[in-house]
Amino acid sequence: MNLDDALQTFITESRELLGDMENALLNIDLAGDQSEAINAIFRAAHTIKGSAGLFSLDHIVAFTHVVESLLDAVREGRVVLNDEMITLLLSCCDYLTGMTDGLAAGRYEADPDTAADGEMLLQQLRRHMGMDAAVTGDHAGALAVQPEPGVERMGGDAGDSDYWHISLRFGREVLQNGMDPIAFLRYLARLGRIAGMATVADALPPAADMDAELCYLGFEIAFDSSADREAILGVFEFVQDDCEIRLVAPRSKVSEYVELIRALPENPARLGEMLVLCGSVTAAELAAALAQQSQSEALATPDDTADVPPRLGSILVAAGQVAPVVVEAALNKQKQVVEQKAQENRSIRVDSDKLDKLIDLVGELIIAGARASVIGQRLHSTQLQEATSTLSGLVEEVRDAALELRMVKIGATFNRFQRVVHDVARELGKDIGLVVDGEDAELDKTVVEKIGDPLMHLVRNAMDHGIEPADVRVAAGKPARGMIKLNAFHESGSIVIQVSDDGGGLRKEKILAKAIERGLVDADRKLTDAEIYNLIFEAGFSTAEKITNLSGRGVGMDVVKRNITALRGSVDVGSSEGQGTTVTVRLPLTLAIIDGFLVQVADSVFVIPLDTIEECIEFAAEPGQDYSNLRGQVLPFIRLRSLFHVQGAPTRRESVVVLRFGKVRAGLVVDTLLGEFQTVIKPLSPIFSEVRCISGSTILGTGDVALILDVGALLQSVEGKGAALPALAA
Amino acid sequence: MSAQAIHNLSLDGEINIYRAADLKLEVLAALRRAPVLEIDLAGVTELDTAGLQVLMLAKRTATDEQRELHLLNHSPAVVDIVEMLNLGAFFGDAVLIHS
Repeated sequence: MNLDDALQTFITESRELLGDMENALLNIDLAGDQSEAINAIFRAAHTIKGSAGLFSLDHIVAFTHVVESLLDAVREGRVVLNDEMITLLLSCCDYLTGMTDGLAAGRYEADPDTAADGEMLLQQLRRHMGMDAAVTGDHAGALAVQPEPGVERMGGDAGDSDYWHISLRFGREVLQNGMDPIAFLRYLARLGRIAGMATVADALPPAADMDAELCYLGFEIAFDSSADREAILGVFEFVQDDCEIRLVAPRSKVSEYVELIRALPENPARLGEMLVLCGSVTAAELAAALAQQSQSEALATPDDTADVPPRLGSILVAAGQVAPVVVEAALNKQKQVVEQKAQENRSIRVDSDKLDKLIDLVGELIIAGARASVIGQRLHSTQLQEATSTLSGLVEEVRDAALELRMVKIGATFNRFQRVVHDVARELGKDIGLVVDGEDAELDKTVVEKIGDPLMHLVRNAMDHGIEPADVRVAAGKPARGMIKLNAFHESGSIVIQVSDDGGGLRKEKILAKAIERGLVDADRKLTDAEIYNLIFEAGFSTAEKITNLSGRGVGMDVVKRNITALRGSVDVGSSEGQGTTVTVRLPLTLAIIDGFLVQVADSVFVIPLDTIEECIEFAAEPGQDYSNLRGQVLPFIRLRSLFHVQGAPTRRESVVVLRFGKVRAGLVVDTLLGEFQTVIKPLSPIFSEVRCISGSTILGTGDVALILDVGALLQSVEGKGAALPALAA
Repeated sequence: MSAQAIHNLSLDGEINIYRAADLKLEVLAALRRAPVLEIDLAGVTELDTAGLQVLMLAKRTATDEQRELHLLNHSPAVVDIVEMLNLGAFFGDAVLIHS
């Protein structure tokens, strides 16, 4: 067994569970029925604790244990959940996330830097449990004698075993590799005393199928030793590739043994017997732990149909019998296997690197297909051309299917904002809710990753500047609770994301006045409403009247716009005074393949993203100048030939491609226009990361490499020149 | 029990991976020769996992086929392993304590 793999799984699962926990906490209805949400939260904490125990992550176990204790108290109605506790539990979620991230970074111990935070949270958790005791207990001396349920529970939960429990499953080939499991057990005995041992021969096949040179045995060992985990694992160092080793530390909680039973391949009932046999856990302890788990699982699966006979375990527990309760574990395990299978059939977890690799390969396929069709044309072979045409049709389908694989729902990103809105509303002292719509809209994973920050800014901005204080809202006849709405939908090859608020809306006069004051527009220019609203995306523009905690962070709407434009998207704002503001972000569905336009300079071919091109015109320059006259307006241009130092004389008829990026417009002088091209974007090697004006490369049907121009960067260089032009003229 | 009903087999020397495959055939064949098989282990000087597995397989096959298998005269090498692995109950034979 590869421990690293298992640990990775643990990290991934923990993150998911913490996400679930956070969502459940945010959606909890303080006034209404909360049992379902509390169970969900409890389950998440409980599972993390159990799994962390498997890896001896004591700091995580210790922390989750207290969280779990509080949740348990809430579940049993001993403590009443309030707003303060939800905030506290959310902080606990964050702390656990921090520990999980630390784990992912290879830190297996508590981080001393954050230990103080953890201690503070623990104190608060205990205080909430203690307060409960004070309320229900005798009022007089309540403060003096605060019982600590957390500590008591730990005592009740921990097993009595002072022994390590070692679970070994040797691989089939171990004997053929010259290792003898018995020899390892003898060697183990030198580190301590084998207090109990059960030999597991369940894997032994029928006589006819049994190969006497393969190993079928496993061992459950209770081991009395002061040696540490490393030392015990060290015994099995030579067989670690050929043996599954599971260790449960002395005095571990019984639930960890139950986890062990679940992790092992054999029949849980047999395993339970064996654990009892080798003395690692007593029958009563196992029964108690199982009873507790079956309770929580029974709560978790209320949809059990009536024709399922009552669970054996629960009956036995109710009857006070203990020994056959291990059967319950067997039933649970069987049920889990069925459930897991059903889920596995629906979806599988794939490393995103593999998908990226697939997209890469599809890209190669498109290029190879283009090459085949070029050859077909060159050879004038009808048959070959027919074949390549069929091929390219299929390749296109494969491309679309592959790109679809990388599509993820935006819901997960949206749901993160529940927390943001909750926290920021608190910070601002406003009552604000979040409505999420269109969570099922899909977009490329890379886009999702990059859209988070701009969206965050838009949401914060809407909360800070959009939503008015409660008294102003009430005076305006609106509900005191402000609403932020996130919406997503597809529209002609792009995804549209809207962030709206029902606040005061943008005030045109104020924006215009500010823009004129800042010299962004001429005072006598007539602007449409839309143009005025979009001024807020200009650099150095802010209408915030007072600096709050949120504004004045040096990030303005212009940065949002730049980030979105970098994703080849656009952003737009609409508003009606007194009703609210809606910011609309439009993004391409994918970043891997774009519509490009091919141009040629000497032998080099370049790709320009099609959506940045305004028009193509015949080249005509003012003599000796780097600008031309486009219908009476000055059009600065860049000669691609001189920009990239391409050798050779210009052709007789050069062309100018007019580009527009944001507010900047410029021309690009090229030799030949080659037309549109489906462009598979290939990133450039990091060596070229310093090269400006190139954003990537692609491969043409002829096999030649074409560079993709970074229009944003190109036009920035012109902008500098544009500023210099009037100076020269003067 | 008549003499024909009990088959005797004695093993000696090293019972290990090198002999395991042959031993498996030998023991299973002996097992099927009579309702009861008694294996004398007095001469066994070494037993390894592979050898032990063959004995365990024989015991389980015997149980499945409603035959009997008894191990007799465990040598110290065998006792050592049966005790360490807590297999006394599995084989169900009286193990002689060697002085």
